[in-house]
Amino acid sequence: MLLNIRNLHVSIEGKEIIKGLDLSVNNGEVHAIMGPNGTGKSTLAAVVAGKEGYEITEGEILYKGKDITDLSPEERACEGIFLGFQYPVEIPGVSITNFMRTAINEQREYKGLKSLTASEFLAKMEDKKKLVEIQSKLTNRSVNSGFSGGEKKKNEIFQMALLEPTMAILDETDSGLDIDALRIVANGINKLRTEENATIVITHYQRLLDYIIPDFVHVLFEGKIVKSGGKNLALELEEKGYEWIKEEVERMS
Amino acid sequence: MTNSKDEIKNIPLKEKLILTFEENSEKLLGKKTSHISKIKQKAFENFKKIGFPDPKSQAWKNTDLSEVLSKDYEQLFNFSTEGTNVEELFQCDIHNFDTHIVSLLNGWYVNPSEQITKMPDGTIVGSLAKATEEYPELIEKYFGKAQNKNNNFTELNTAFSQDGIFIFVPDGVEVLKPIQMVSIINHEKNLLVNHRNLIILGKNSKLTFVQCDDAINHQTSFTNTVTEFFLEENSNLDHYKLQNLNNNSSLLNSTYFKQEKDSNLSTNSIILNGGIIRNNYHVNLDGEGCNSEIYGVYLMDRKQHVDNQVYVDHAKPNCTSSQLFKGILDEQASGVFNGHVLVRRDAQKTSAFQTNRNILLTNEASIDTQPFLEIYADDVKCSHGATVGQLDEEAMFYLRSRGIGEKNARMLLMYAYAAEIIEKISIEALQLRIDDMVKKRLRGELSVCDKCVLHCSKPDKEISFDIDMSKV
Ligand SMILES: Nc1ncnc2c1ncn2[C@@H]1O[C@H](COP(=O)(O)OP(=O)(O)OP(=O)(O)O)[C@@H](O)[C@H]1O
Ligand SMILES: [Mg+2]
Repeated sequence: MLLNIRNLHVSIEGKEIIKGLDLSVNNGEVHAIMGPNGTGKSTLAAVVAGKEGYEITEGEILYKGKDITDLSPEERACEGIFLGFQYPVEIPGVSITNFMRTAINEQREYKGLKSLTASEFLAKMEDKKKLVEIQSKLTNRSVNSGFSGGEKKKNEIFQMALLEPTMAILDETDSGLDIDALRIVANGINKLRTEENATIVITHYQRLLDYIIPDFVHVLFEGKIVKSGGKNLALELEEKGYEWIKEEVERMS
Repeated sequence: MTNSKDEIKNIPLKEKLILTFEENSEKLLGKKTSHISKIKQKAFENFKKIGFPDPKSQAWKNTDLSEVLSKDYEQLFNFSTEGTNVEELFQCDIHNFDTHIVSLLNGWYVNPSEQITKMPDGTIVGSLAKATEEYPELIEKYFGKAQNKNNNFTELNTAFSQDGIFIFVPDGVEVLKPIQMVSIINHEKNLLVNHRNLIILGKNSKLTFVQCDDAINHQTSFTNTVTEFFLEENSNLDHYKLQNLNNNSSLLNSTYFKQEKDSNLSTNSIILNGGIIRNNYHVNLDGEGCNSEIYGVYLMDRKQHVDNQVYVDHAKPNCTSSQLFKGILDEQASGVFNGHVLVRRDAQKTSAFQTNRNILLTNEASIDTQPFLEIYADDVKCSHGATVGQLDEEAMFYLRSRGIGEKNARMLLMYAYAAEIIEKISIEALQLRIDDMVKKRLRGELSVCDKCVLHCSKPDKEISFDIDMSKV
């Protein structure tokens, strides 16, 4: 098992957001997480990626069989975890090229590999640019600075393509994309799929799942996964909304 | 009047300076009848009256000079090389950065061959003392005309200064090679230096001037410099100030710019190190259609203190001024920014912008920032703003989530922050060099150099943006 989250409880400033969450992901799988606004999807993603400011009060996050809750975000990244941000951060003054070259080389150093030379890096970048049809002029600009909403999301997938993670968590990467961009991004994600890696897509729209066929669909509600199913669950949610899930949860408790 | 050394030790600096002046007045004033001599005499009388500024005054309440002014200093009224290898001061081997170097040693102009040079295009470069003898009409026309009256330290400088840099660019001349001034302090005892620079740009002329303040030894020094720039009609000045001094240095740097019609000023200060640094910028937009860009970046740590005081006087219509100062303060470093834009009643259609941004890396670091607009004209576009913050936590997490370690992520963000100012440097070779110095500074590798600040790195060892983990 690649990722195994058991009975996870997470609080922010004393307020419990994740309330006993279980999720397991195997190599080669695609999982979709859906759920109403404010139920803790992004919180879950941030906690797995190692963002500070969250208190894990109970439970564990096992990645490749080891508890990663004590690892720094950079160590987790080097171990193969990637977070596609719901709101990618603008960093004026740091170009994407320099940012990614620094990131790749730090990850390579962690793994005991030799740094990429400038020309090796540029060749790799050209290759990955094609994958997400990202424009050259974008990579010379500062990270996300003044990018449109769609450009920011494309840039996340571009970074994912360069870093080749084992466990990618994509938080609403489809939001804000036009119809063509959605197809390009989804195709990019599909091309990056291997037997070894796994992807969690957090989304509000069934549409994405027409392109990226998930093995599992989970509903996150009030800090817990309350329902899991196959790709048909997404269709059902699209049709009926979350009301019936809420009713189901109330009936159970 | 004779005083034993011991007696001198116990009296306040002001009194000591007065005595010293009187004892050395012949050397300091030169020909009693000359124009300069009268100005200096007057400045001395005024300093005698006003002395040092009140530490509680608005202009000084955040920069404490009490320790600096309580020390005992020597002054050198005659030039001496004092064992400094003067030849070395001229060995500038900056890659792709070909400059005409002029050097000051302890405030005195040093040149092994001649004290003043007249180039084929008519540009005059050399010692101010020598220029006073050879070009009295130029000196009389400009000396002391840009400075503001009643500034304590400027008066002190006017009275005591004997030498410095003199540059005159004739009408219509574009000086292609940047002129670089290297000011070095190297003395075995505590030294007080008052040097004075006078730079004149004739009509339609162009000059790039790089001003480096550096100190070789680690002795205590107090430098009080005044530089007057005159920008005649439609002239262009590109000015850079590099400050990289040791922690025992106190530097008070007053720069006066007087701008005539349609002239352009760009001044950029890169402040990397120094015990106490106070920069006064005084920009007088005294003709229509002038433009001034006043930029600065400061990176301070330990107990260093930096104070930038910017005063822009919009006296005539249709002028533009923009100020941007950015700083990063670490450990117990402290900073002051005081920006004052005055738009006089006649200065219609003025555009004036003023911004000061700061990052404090620790709880002990501090900044006191006061941008201030004083507007008497009604048809103007003005804005001002100041920010004080920490490094962006979200950006930190974003960088780290890609595998970049915490230290390097911090450095990338700090570098990116400073880069906005560095990008404004228009000479590519200088930009690269300063870029390099800033990276070194952020890694804690920059030391005060033996020669000038620009020598800090060897050109064949270009530092790439990637950060070498072994060095952090
Ligand atoms: N730093 C924080 N401080 C306080 N509350 C927070 C913080 N971050 C998140 N929350 C709260 O935690 C809850 C879950 O937020 P989260 O961003 O995980 O929701 P989400 O499921 O991703 O929602 P959306 O679909 O709108 O993206 C929300 O109520 C939110 O307000
Ligand atoms: Mg979210």
